[in-house]
Amino acid sequence: MSASAPGSVLTAAPGGAPPPRRRRRSSAAAAEERAAYVFLLPWFLGLLFTVVPFGVSLYLAFTDYNLLQSPQLVGLENFTRVFDDPKVSKSASVTFGYTFLAVPISMVTALAVAVLLNKGVRGLKFYRSVFYLPSLIGASVAIVMLWRSIFGYGGIVNSFLGFLGIDGPGWVTDPDWALVTLVTLSVWGFGASMVIFLAGLRQIPVMYYEAASVDGAGWWRQFRSITLPLLSPVIFFNLVLGLIGSLQTFTQGFVFSGGTGGPAESTLFYNLYLYQQGFQRFDMGYASALAWVMFIVIAFFTALNFLVSKYWVFYDD
Amino acid sequence: MTDTTTLIEKKPGIARGLRAATSRFRGVEAYQEELTGTARTRFLRHVVLVGVGLVMLYPLLWMVSASFKPSAKVFSDSSLIPSQLELGNYSAGWSALEHPFELYLVNSLILAVLNIVGNLVSCSMAAYAFSRLRFRGRKAFFAAMLGTMLLPAHVVLIPQYVIFSKLGWVNTYLPLTVPAFLATNAFFVFLLVQFMRALPMELQDAAKIDGCGPYRTYLQVIMPLTIPAMATVAIFTFIASWNDFFGPLLYLTDSELFTVPLALRQFMSAEGASDWGPMFAMSVVSLLPVVAFFFIGQRYLLNGIATTGMK
Repeated sequence: MSASAPGSVLTAAPGGAPPPRRRRRSSAAAAEERAAYVFLLPWFLGLLFTVVPFGVSLYLAFTDYNLLQSPQLVGLENFTRVFDDPKVSKSASVTFGYTFLAVPISMVTALAVAVLLNKGVRGLKFYRSVFYLPSLIGASVAIVMLWRSIFGYGGIVNSFLGFLGIDGPGWVTDPDWALVTLVTLSVWGFGASMVIFLAGLRQIPVMYYEAASVDGAGWWRQFRSITLPLLSPVIFFNLVLGLIGSLQTFTQGFVFSGGTGGPAESTLFYNLYLYQQGFQRFDMGYASALAWVMFIVIAFFTALNFLVSKYWVFYDD
Repeated sequence: MTDTTTLIEKKPGIARGLRAATSRFRGVEAYQEELTGTARTRFLRHVVLVGVGLVMLYPLLWMVSASFKPSAKVFSDSSLIPSQLELGNYSAGWSALEHPFELYLVNSLILAVLNIVGNLVSCSMAAYAFSRLRFRGRKAFFAAMLGTMLLPAHVVLIPQYVIFSKLGWVNTYLPLTVPAFLATNAFFVFLLVQFMRALPMELQDAAKIDGCGPYRTYLQVIMPLTIPAMATVAIFTFIASWNDFFGPLLYLTDSELFTVPLALRQFMSAEGASDWGPMFAMSVVSLLPVVAFFFIGQRYLLNGIATTGMK
């Protein structure tokens, strides 16, 4: 965005409310209020499509419902089934395993590349574009199919490993490796968080580094004592978004396995299982219970994240 | 948003300029070294970055190259530059599925355009109310809007499907477009709110003195100034809609309505693909619009995404 937009940082702090005006409620104010509700009308209607289903899904979680007959209340049956279902624990371990590999590796890569780029590299814009582009297409059907091909039998990855004298594993067919292949795809999309890191790094005043280097601190010490603490809010932001996004992975598992979650359920993401239950078997009561369990888990992790953040996220202001 | 970003981008420059001015006596080279490292570290840095760049781009280049190779040679011929330019994959892929590929492209385009229009109109309206108008319940509604951003989409998925199927909307484009017209994307509303708040309030007061009501102020004062943020929303919407797989998978069953991702998927079964060449050719076709939008709207995308982490 260019400097041609006339907004000024000095006149209006972002996040601030409009300045209060001491005036009695006039007809103009009433008109403004009416106008506000008119402008918000689509959003109010939209709320019906999100807030109402939110309640309905909790209700459905306690019912047996197949879309054709009306829902039958079954008490806690769906939830006890969730905890007994071996596929639930399998898909939960797939999803968590994927998340705990993909999120940290992507973030460390993104941070490392951002730090390199922030050193005043010539051609910064070119590098930034090259690294950012994959994150825009990483979850598209075309790229997931491409990944399957280059990691699959006769694909370039194993040819390259063979060239190095390594006998590569069955990246697509071996249940121990299929999920790892999808982790590499996720890491390939590190560019989105890299761009956010880069913007964060640019906000750290250069004088801090100058003072540190006058005091004799090396680059590692500077990184640990200046960059990391001052960047921690951005790291936190990327972590929260990364976790929420990763726990909801669907397309990668679906396209990679042709909808089955195979081989041997090794790419059966939780959401893929939810889709199979809800939209292939039309067991919508059970699928709602699955959705609520996932919602509670994600809410728990997000809350935990916020709680723990008090101990490591440092807010400058 | 715009100006905070530009200001930030300028900041290191200002600091560097000051520093250059004060350390003149040490000579330009010493200064340069301290700033970006010695010539050797600068060279090594580029080596690492070029290496990472190659790893990032290689799969894409390989796919483009494979799309020009005969299917039998896709895996045996490892060179990136195909021995002969085989356009046959493109014509074969174009007609390999039940319908000619342009049908899927047009379908995807219709959905993308409707989503862009819907998001631009409804999200900017909501953002204008939240950022520029005073009304009772503003804070509470704004908090509710932010709350919906944290709600995982999959919790509301099943009831939404039930509602849409009761309305008879399954197998139409309505479930995939109507929500966009109802400002359901809280992230875009938030982005526009941030942008509009940074516009000076005086503009609005001046408009009011000139006899502009809230509607004219929105159309003639605020909207023209919000164009950069609107461009960000439009490009993000295009890419999200073009890539969307889950929505069409749920709601579209009639192959005449299929979008590009649904069509592409038919090239690959659970056992994998056999007709590699046409599959890669159509994959390239499907990615081209996103890449084009990326190059056209890069600065809007980068600023938009960078801003999300800053507030």
